[in-house]
Amino acid sequence: MTPATHHSTLFLAMRRLRAPLITLITIFAISVLGLTLAPGIGGEKMSFFHAFYFISYTATTIGFGEIPIEFSNEQRLWATICIYLAVVGWAYTIGSLFSLLQDHTFQNAVATEHFARQVRRIHEPFYLVCGYGETGRLVCKALDRLGERAVVVERNPDKAGEQELHGYVTDMPCLAADASLPETLRFAGLTSRHCRGVLALTDDDNTNLAVAISARLLAPKLPVLCRAGSTEIAANMASFGTRYIINPYAKFAEYLALALHAPNTYHLLTWLTGLPGTAVERHRDPPRGKWVLCGYGGFGKVIVEAFDREAVPVTIIDREAPDGHGHRVVKGDGTGASTLERANINQAVGIVATTGNDFDNLSIAVTARELNPNLFVILRMNAYANHALFDAFESDVTVVPSEIIGHECLAVLTTPLLEPFLAEIATKDDAWSAELVEQLTDRFGWTVPAVWSVRLNLRRAPALYRHLMRNSGSVRLGDLLRNPHDRAAALEAAVLYLRRDDDDHIIRPSPDEIIRPGDRLLLVGLPAARRDFALTVTNGHTLDYVLTGADRPGGWVWEWLAERRRRAAGAG
Amino acid sequence: MNLEKVIFGFFIVLAATLNFGFFVGDLSNPEHHDIYELFAAIVVNLIATVLKFGDRTQIGAVHLSTSLVADLQLIAAAMVWGYGAHVVGTGMTPDMTAKVVSLSGGALFANVVSVIILIAETIMQRR
Repeated sequence: MTPATHHSTLFLAMRRLRAPLITLITIFAISVLGLTLAPGIGGEKMSFFHAFYFISYTATTIGFGEIPIEFSNEQRLWATICIYLAVVGWAYTIGSLFSLLQDHTFQNAVATEHFARQVRRIHEPFYLVCGYGETGRLVCKALDRLGERAVVVERNPDKAGEQELHGYVTDMPCLAADASLPETLRFAGLTSRHCRGVLALTDDDNTNLAVAISARLLAPKLPVLCRAGSTEIAANMASFGTRYIINPYAKFAEYLALALHAPNTYHLLTWLTGLPGTAVERHRDPPRGKWVLCGYGGFGKVIVEAFDREAVPVTIIDREAPDGHGHRVVKGDGTGASTLERANINQAVGIVATTGNDFDNLSIAVTARELNPNLFVILRMNAYANHALFDAFESDVTVVPSEIIGHECLAVLTTPLLEPFLAEIATKDDAWSAELVEQLTDRFGWTVPAVWSVRLNLRRAPALYRHLMRNSGSVRLGDLLRNPHDRAAALEAAVLYLRRDDDDHIIRPSPDEIIRPGDRLLLVGLPAARRDFALTVTNGHTLDYVLTGADRPGGWVWEWLAERRRRAAGAG
Repeated sequence: MNLEKVIFGFFIVLAATLNFGFFVGDLSNPEHHDIYELFAAIVVNLIATVLKFGDRTQIGAVHLSTSLVADLQLIAAAMVWGYGAHVVGTGMTPDMTAKVVSLSGGALFANVVSVIILIAETIMQRR
C-alpha cells in the first residue's frame, strides 16, 4: 500500500458508499411511490408531498405521531412494508459507513492526508527525521529544545504513536509509513522549500540508504545525514555524494583514538558537541598501556583498528575470533574470571566490553573490576532501556550509539561551521587544545555552551550588513562582541572560527580582525549571549549603540528633532 | 462489453429521457405534465449522481457536476409543485405549472450535457 493510492479520502468514501446510497434512494422511491398509489379513506390517494413527508419521518425512525390524514387499511399495509424496508436500508448504509470509518485503509488515508496537510502548513524551516527510535527521539527532543521544527516518519505505528505522548513544545507531524518509499518522503515535505535537512536515523541500513538516494535525486541541495551500521553501507552512501555519514562505532573509535593521543582535544570536542544544557563530566583520560577487548564483532574490529593506529597493545577475548590481525586472542567467554585472568587482566590498564549483549557487557565489567579495581572501563550499551544499570555501574565511558549519532546530527545541522572547525582542531597538537579548553571553560563553565554560526549577509544580519556596505573596513570583530545592554561589558561569547567566501579561514580570529560582508562566524558562549548577538546584528539602533555608544532615537520625527538639536548646539 | 458501463449509460440516458418526457407539452397546462414522471426523473437522477461518485478524472468531475445541477433543478421543481398544491391551496394553476416545467427544462439541459459527455467519452476511448 503506497500513500499515492489513498491520497483522496473523500473519493474513497464516495466510492465505497455508492451501493448503500443507491439502495437507500431505491427504497425511498418505492415507498413513496407505493404510498401515493394506495387508495386512502374515501378512495382519495395521498399526494407525493404527504407521502414523502410520511416516509421521511418513518424511514429515519424518527416516528412523528402526526399523520396528514387518517390512513386506510391499504395504506397501513403498505406503510408496514415501508417500515421494514427502510430499516434494512438505513442499517445497511450506516453499517457501511461505520465499517468504512474503521477500515484500516481508510484510516491510513485519513492519517496520511492529515499529515500531508500539516506539513504543507509549516511555513518555517523544518527538518525531516526518518525513524523515531532511540536516536530519533533524542534528536527530536533536542531540536524541540532549540526551537527548531521537525517532521517525523516512522515505520512502526507503535513508535509513531509514542511520539504524540512525548509532549513537544512545537507541533511535530508524525506519519507511520515506510520512509524508504519516495512518495512517503514527498508527503513529509522533502521537496518543500522550507525543508532544511534530512536525517535518516532508522536502525535499518537499507532504509537509510533508500532515504539518502531519494533525497539526493529529489532534493539535491538538501544536506542529508545518514546513520550507517557498517563500513560497506557507508561506502555505498558516500559513492553518490551523501555528505554526512555517521557510523556511531567508527565515530567512537575515532574519539577513543583522539582521547588516547590528545586528551585535551577530546575534551574540547565533547564540550562543543554535547547536548545543549547538559554538563560535561570530566572523567579520567584513557591511559596508554595494555588493553583487553571482549567481543570481536563489528564494533570490536573498529576499536582494535583504532588501538593499532595509536600503537596500543590489545588482547582480544572472543569465543571464535579470526586470526590475522596480529593480536593475542584468548578463546572463551569474557564473563568468567578465569578467561579474564588468562588475558592478564591484572597487568592491563583498561578493558572494552563490546559484545552485542548488555548483560554480558555488564558482567564482564563487574568481574574485571573486581580483579583489577584500577581498570579503565569502556562499556557498550546496546539498548537504552538498560541505561539505569549502566548508570549504577559507573563505567569510565559508556558508548551509546544513539547519543553519538544524536550529538553528531545536531552539531552538523544547527552549526554548519562546527564540522570544519572540528576537523581543524583534530590537526592541532594537544597543548594548543589544552590552552583553548582552559580559556573557554574558565569563561563559560563546563556546561555545554551555545555554539552557533552566523553568516553576515542581508538576511541573517541585515543591520550589520548594511553598515558594512556603507563603511567598509570600519568594524573590528572585537567591536561587535559587546553587550548590547551595556557596551562597557563584553558579550559572553567568543569567536572560534571565521570563514570567508574565497575559502580563506581564520581559527580563533583576534579581536582586531576587520570583518567583511559575507563572512561566516562560529561563536561559542552562553545562550543569552546568542540572543544578544542576534539583536546586535539585526537591529540598526542596537548596532549603533554597540559600535559607537550613541543611543539613536527611532523614527523620522525624533531623528529630525535630534538633528535640529545637534545643529542648534553646534551653532550655539 | 462491461456491465458496469451498461448500467452507467442506462441511468444517464434514462434520467435525460424521463426529464424530457416531463418537460414536453404546453408549458402552463398542468394536464400535459405528469407528477409521476417528475418523481421518476428525480429518483433516476439521484441514482445517476451516486453512480458518478468516486471518479477522479477530469471528465468524471464534469459528469458529477452536471448531475448535481440536474438534481438541484428537479428538486426545486418538486418543491414548487408541493408548495403550489398544498401550501398556497389553489392547486396547480397554469402559473405554478409554468414555474415547475421551466425548472425541469433547466434540468433537462444539464442532462443533455451529461449525455453529450457520455457520448464524447465513448468516442474518445474507441473501444
